[in-house]
Amino acid sequence: MTKVTFIDAAGQSRTVEGQVGSTVMETALRNSVPGIEAECGGACACATCHVYVSPEWTEVVGKPSQMEEDMLDFAFEVRPNSRLSCQIKVSEALDGLIVTTPGKQG
Amino acid sequence: MSEVISTDVAIVGAGPVGLFAVFELGLLDIKCHLIDILPKPGGQCAELYPEKPIYDIPGFPIISGQELVDNLMKQIRPFGPKFHLNEIVDRLEIAGTAEHPLFRVGTDNDKVIEAKALFIAAGGGSFQPKKPPLAGLDAYENTSVFYSVRKMEHFRGRRVVVVGGGDSALDWVLNLHPVASRVTLIHRRDAFRAAPHSVNAMRALVGAGKMDFVLGQVTALKGADGQLSALTVRREDGEVYDLACDDMLPFFGLTMKLGPIAHWGLNLHENLIPTDTEKFETSVPGIFAVGDINTYPGKLKLILCGFHEAALAAQRAFHYVYPDKKLTFQYTTSSTSLQRKLGVS
Ligand SMILES: Cc1cc2nc3c(=O)[nH]c(=O)nc-3n(C[C@H](O)[C@H](O)[C@H](O)COP(=O)(O)OP(=O)(O)OC[C@H]3O[C@@H](n4cnc5c(N)ncnc54)[C@H](O)[C@@H]3O)c2cc1C
Ligand code: FES
Repeated sequence: MTKVTFIDAAGQSRTVEGQVGSTVMETALRNSVPGIEAECGGACACATCHVYVSPEWTEVVGKPSQMEEDMLDFAFEVRPNSRLSCQIKVSEALDGLIVTTPGKQG
Repeated sequence: MSEVISTDVAIVGAGPVGLFAVFELGLLDIKCHLIDILPKPGGQCAELYPEKPIYDIPGFPIISGQELVDNLMKQIRPFGPKFHLNEIVDRLEIAGTAEHPLFRVGTDNDKVIEAKALFIAAGGGSFQPKKPPLAGLDAYENTSVFYSVRKMEHFRGRRVVVVGGGDSALDWVLNLHPVASRVTLIHRRDAFRAAPHSVNAMRALVGAGKMDFVLGQVTALKGADGQLSALTVRREDGEVYDLACDDMLPFFGLTMKLGPIAHWGLNLHENLIPTDTEKFETSVPGIFAVGDINTYPGKLKLILCGFHEAALAAQRAFHYVYPDKKLTFQYTTSSTSLQRKLGVS
């Protein structure tokens, strides 16, 4: 089990357990963390699972794939640390990951 | 005056379940009109995952979202369903009596479809344009901010800003460029998820000084009385400035919203329509809800469940369409009458 912290747009923080191999998006939904809609269920087809990876984690998490980068065009207020959380897999290396959810997804 | 079309059943939503409902109703000699806000049939399968495989359609070990839609379209062709695409059903009027109800659904394209029964196959809701989180946006919608273009003439001689990097954004840049006084495209990166020839055409116009491309994002709106005067733009290089404009067209894709159905007086439970599990009829006799939009104990949002619901709802709908006729159960394999309807005998 690894921990993932979600901070919402208002600054409230929630730390939950994520299962290695599942995605950060699934981790949020399974733990009823608000701020992530995931309309397409993780198909990288909706951009409503947008998160900002906290600066100290961007390198470990890595850059989005080409497909994800394309999909980010449909997210709002995209920043260099923007990712789609359905495309980030929880792993040992990401234990303690912190992401922030944007003010509006869809 | 609205154009009034009379039919047996109006189906709100042309997703997989709305499409299969045409088949089940067609076998019972019931004619259908379908309305969908998307420009194409297929709902979530066509819009969200056309290329992805589905593994749980009975009899198909693997089929992609688009293949399933194509197959459904082929399967229902003998029944000649009429499609009203690119239109949202925005109102419902209920007339007639409980035994012989009559439903009139109106679309935003000023059509009225009058039917003896209504199937709501609206899935996760209507696919609607995503609205960027810009303060005061609502006040400019349909006067200075547009999510689609209905009247090109509106843009004549105006300074138009298109935001986005997909096909819709590029198509409208190219279409509006001859009409508008100046077109500016704003996109967050210098890469586009659009047909290469559109991207090349846009770049050529920028190169020739006939339109502008700004690498950046819109952060605020300026204007009054529903009329934009400028957009505040944060450029990729960090500079923030105001860009004078008359109209903005943001293209950030689609999202599913329950939409107008919420105001039709139907019982709703967490944005879903409760039905019985015998005929999938709603709290209003003659209105059925099938597919992802309905809810009942044990409901699963699966395509196969929606197909089952459509079959049972069609049986009941028959009584509203043909109150004096008796329904006999038949198999497509052995019934010559069904096969005649399917055009195979
Ligand atoms: C990524 C992903 C993978 C999936 N995989 C599977 C799978 O493997 N197996 C499976 O069984 N299911 C799967 N599903 C679920 C499946 O796609 C849905 O159950 C199915 O699409 C529901 O069909 P529907 O016809 O009820 O609704 P939808 O497909 O949602 O279609 C409803 C249509 O109604 C339209 N509409 C709604 N309101 C209005 C209105 N007022 N006016 C005009 N039009 C309106 C919408 O625009 C939409 O096109 C998946 C879904 C997703 C997102
Ligand atoms: S859940 Fe749709 S893109 Fe991530």
